[in-house]
Amino acid sequence: MISVEDFAAGADAWFAEHTPRDVPFMMPLTFMEVGTDEQFEFLRDWQNTVYKAGYLGAHWPTDYGGGGLTQKHQDAATRAMRKHGAPIMLNAIGIGWAGPLILDTGTEEEKRKYLPGILSADDIWCQGFSEPDNGSDLGNAQLKAVRDGDEYVLNGSKIWTTQGNYAKYMILLARTDFDAPNKYAGLSFFLAPMRIPGVETTKIRKLTGEYGFTQTFFTDARIPADTLMGEEGGGWKVAMRTLEYERGARGGQAGGYTISQTDPLEVVGLAKRAMRNGKPALEDPVMRDRLMAQMIEAQAMMANRERSKIMPLVQEKPFALPMLSKLQFTEYARETGELALELEGAQGGYYVGDEASREDGYWQRSYLNAFSATIGGGTSQIQRNIVGEHVLGLPKTR
Amino acid sequence: MTHHLAKIALTEMQAELRDQAMKFCADKSPIAKVRALLTDERGYDPDVWQEMADLGWLGIAIPETHEGLGLELADIVPVAEAMGKYLMASPFISTTLAAQAILFGGSDRQKAEWLPKLASGTVATVALFEPSGAWDLDTVEGETKTFVLNADAAEIIVTTVRHDGQTRLALIPRDRIEVERETIIDETKRSYRFDVPKVTEDDLMPADLTAAALDRIELVANLMQSAELSGAAMACVDYTVDYLKTRKQFGKVIGAFQALKHPTVDAFIDAEGARSLLYAAATHVEKQGDGEIAVRMANAKAQGALSYAADRSIQFHGGFGFTYDCDAQLYRRVAMFAASQFGDAAFHRARLAELLL
Ligand SMILES: Cc1cc2nc3c(=O)[nH]c(=O)nc-3n(C[C@H](O)[C@H](O)[C@H](O)COP(=O)(O)OP(=O)(O)OC[C@H]3O[C@@H](n4cnc5c(N)ncnc54)[C@H](O)[C@@H]3O)c2cc1C
Repeated sequence: MISVEDFAAGADAWFAEHTPRDVPFMMPLTFMEVGTDEQFEFLRDWQNTVYKAGYLGAHWPTDYGGGGLTQKHQDAATRAMRKHGAPIMLNAIGIGWAGPLILDTGTEEEKRKYLPGILSADDIWCQGFSEPDNGSDLGNAQLKAVRDGDEYVLNGSKIWTTQGNYAKYMILLARTDFDAPNKYAGLSFFLAPMRIPGVETTKIRKLTGEYGFTQTFFTDARIPADTLMGEEGGGWKVAMRTLEYERGARGGQAGGYTISQTDPLEVVGLAKRAMRNGKPALEDPVMRDRLMAQMIEAQAMMANRERSKIMPLVQEKPFALPMLSKLQFTEYARETGELALELEGAQGGYYVGDEASREDGYWQRSYLNAFSATIGGGTSQIQRNIVGEHVLGLPKTR
Repeated sequence: MTHHLAKIALTEMQAELRDQAMKFCADKSPIAKVRALLTDERGYDPDVWQEMADLGWLGIAIPETHEGLGLELADIVPVAEAMGKYLMASPFISTTLAAQAILFGGSDRQKAEWLPKLASGTVATVALFEPSGAWDLDTVEGETKTFVLNADAAEIIVTTVRHDGQTRLALIPRDRIEVERETIIDETKRSYRFDVPKVTEDDLMPADLTAAALDRIELVANLMQSAELSGAAMACVDYTVDYLKTRKQFGKVIGAFQALKHPTVDAFIDAEGARSLLYAAATHVEKQGDGEIAVRMANAKAQGALSYAADRSIQFHGGFGFTYDCDAQLYRRVAMFAASQFGDAAFHRARLAELLL
């Protein structure tokens, strides 16, 4: 097996050479921002190229399309991607959630059928958890799945389905039993095909004016019964496991990144360039104060990450730091966007595409997009419930 | 830019010291004791102080040549943090500041005379602030000093003076100074004011060391205060959480109400961040330039964390929160007093902006 060092050097050279530059359209910074066919096709090709070069799924077994190397190899490749500012990996839900779920708990057949297409981006995956009437209260999902011979018949609707219009498969949480003793027990989990009669997706326009997710309608859509994952009625457990992959609490993802991490201190650069009320923003003492508060917060998050590795310094509440990090980081990113707009003063009034905008409206758009993370994956309010209840031991809100 | 300052190193000894200090302070400073000392004239327990001296804590950052333990400044942090957590009153911080002032600003004679004594439990303090309210330690008129902690119990006071038109440090024996107790908002501490007496050449510390010594005092003071406040913030959140788990209204434990739960989570996140920044500051404190950045960040964060945690704690205790008996006021007052010493959070942010932008 190639040594990690040699592999890392190879990856570094490869990304240095192959990372696309000067792309003529706006590059999505996260997998939730893929709004045009042009962006989609570009990112699908890019993921495929990276995969074929051996830098995605390097540690997944070769039988399922992987590189048969180790996690350390893949981590080195991911680091190289970051270093060279490569575009994101498109097939986020496949790579990060469905993939590891299938790899860890799927049958041999499922692994052979699904995993190679996830890595190559030939098979795009989406997640059908949220419904119009049931979002935070995921356990109350109502999409109906009724067994009929060796098929299930689906009726109902999912919503906020990221890349739903491009997906070939959906990880689907549906209700198979409406008389179960509690709402969780009636749920089942499917690896559902999307390109079948009775499944329709409608694009939903986001607050930025762009696209990225859909509402997905199921009308007597028939899926094979063997797409059931785990047992009928055991869907909640599988869904919870999926959320662990999603939130990074469980490993096994194919690697790469699906959200390009902006440096939390990037706003400092903006502050140095921006003008407010005709003067450099940095001359405004209020802006200086807010900027420093933001920098301190960024520093605190970085220091939290360092401290989380040092047992004696987390012994009182060992899970606190990982459990609060989603809430802290996403809220931080949103606030940074707000601050950026203030720093820009009057220029904050322009938007993407206007010649007078600063950095082509990057901060305006990124502020609006920041809500994807404070809402998606469990809202900040739900995160506060989780931290309050599971870390501080406060009673449940019911 | 400042990424490298987020790294945290913890030695095994620091981990042990932290355990030891937490146990010690929990044992010596239960809340009943804290409250009993609020009305005590001296404000701390001299027997406990002697035990701290016997444990060697006063000599932690004093070199072995001066009969200290010869450890690092970072090793003081676990002690200050534990004291803050348990609101333990003692002249630890004032004595440590005086020791650092002498170590960095004293003559060989002054060091030889005083450092061994301070390492073994002689109380000392520093007098740096004046009625002008300036936090800049160089701005000195030299007439009256205020916010001199533990001055009454001290044997020696390191004070800034005006001498031949210059700011200088002087080491004045307490018996030449008449101190008057001040009423300060934090009743766990004792603060005094005094008129600066005539200083002799003998009292003065070497002129060429003044600037370095003042920088050192400010750095150490801000680090220790970060530790104290960050410890107190943790304790304050725990205190609030305990109440939220027991008090019932509308047939529910009040912690079930999100209007209380969510801000308490925010306070907890702030306190956790303050802790991480504290340990990062301890890790980098001795690095030229970087030390000041890391320490001011930790301090600004800790002040904000404790202020918010305690402010919400008062509110979330309802009518009881408005009483003297509720401990929330103790924590709130600690933060309020801290803001008056060596700069509030906004002051640190302004300094950071100068250093970083
Ligand atoms: C960009 C983006 C991409 C997404 N992609 C997907 C996807 O691919 N697949 C998918 O299944 N879902 C996806 N989602 C959906 C996301 O998971 C839900 O939007 C989220 O869980 C919230 O559910 P909801 O929209 O129904 O809001 P609601 O649950 O109706 O919440 C409305 C408001 O009430 C608050 N609230 C709700 N319950 C509580 C409570 N118990 N305590 C306090 N406050 C509460 C919420 O915080 C929120 O502010 C995506 C969302 C976004 C924004």
